[in-house]
Amino acid sequence: MPKVRVLVTLKPSLLDSAGRTVADSLNRLGFSDVQSARIGKLIELEVENPSKERISEMCQKLLANPVTENYDIEVLG
Amino acid sequence: MKVAVIRFPGANCDQDGYYTLRDEFGIQAEYVWHAERNLDGFDAVFLPGGFSYGDYLRCGAIASRSPIMEEVIRLAERGNPVIGVCNGFQVLCESGLLPGALLQNAKQKFLCQDVYLRAETQSSRWTEGINRVLRIPIAHGEGRYECDEDTLKRLEDTESIAFRYVDVNGEVTEEANINGSRSSIAGVLNLGKNVLGMMPHPERACNLALGSEDGKEILKGFALVNA
Repeated sequence: MPKVRVLVTLKPSLLDSAGRTVADSLNRLGFSDVQSARIGKLIELEVENPSKERISEMCQKLLANPVTENYDIEVLG
Repeated sequence: MKVAVIRFPGANCDQDGYYTLRDEFGIQAEYVWHAERNLDGFDAVFLPGGFSYGDYLRCGAIASRSPIMEEVIRLAERGNPVIGVCNGFQVLCESGLLPGALLQNAKQKFLCQDVYLRAETQSSRWTEGINRVLRIPIAHGEGRYECDEDTLKRLEDTESIAFRYVDVNGEVTEEANINGSRSSIAGVLNLGKNVLGMMPHPERACNLALGSEDGKEILKGFALVNA
């Protein structure tokens, strides 16, 4: 069964409060050069017809919120 | 007036809504399960707070695609009163009935406390006649309202901002904007002004035994006819 990876990320213009906390924590662990962290979502699909068009439709209808998120589609075949 | 209180798996403010409508307003309310497809006989909808579908994917995302929502959208588009509180607000945004989205509070923390609200328009059944600061509780982790600049301008131009977080004197301040919402927005209306989404819980503030009756000023909108 073909596999698809959808990477959903918060739009760069929006504050990622959880990501900020992660960056702060890394700083406290001594990784003082970490400027920022952004947390996204990786959604792996097993799907018979993995055409980008269809996956894109899935993203628009459910997997991502166009108001706050961007998405990238990677078809693994 | 008969109100459908929609029950999603993981909703937890459905009873607050039901009993407030019934006991404080004498309004007929009935629970409706999310898998139903029919709202015949109902005049209005209350979408309760909670963690529908465990907040999987995004808050309100799965609930907004559940079968009953097609009917809720139909009623909303017909102009019937619809209110979504907390998770219900998130569901309304995810469904497209209201613009914008709700993100994790700016300071990460789950916030459970009273806030002060100012009504920003008189042109809706939910905000009509509110001319003082209201004290209403919040209980949310993801209540930071976000929308782009164009949407914000449109909300302002069309008087679709229902409530802003303010201090006790009714002033918008950075401290009063408890979750970091864009432009301190606590609640928004659709263009028809019949659909209201808000993070604070008016249904938890309709009896002095609970500390405040200010929520009645908002939920009275269910009782208004021809508003």
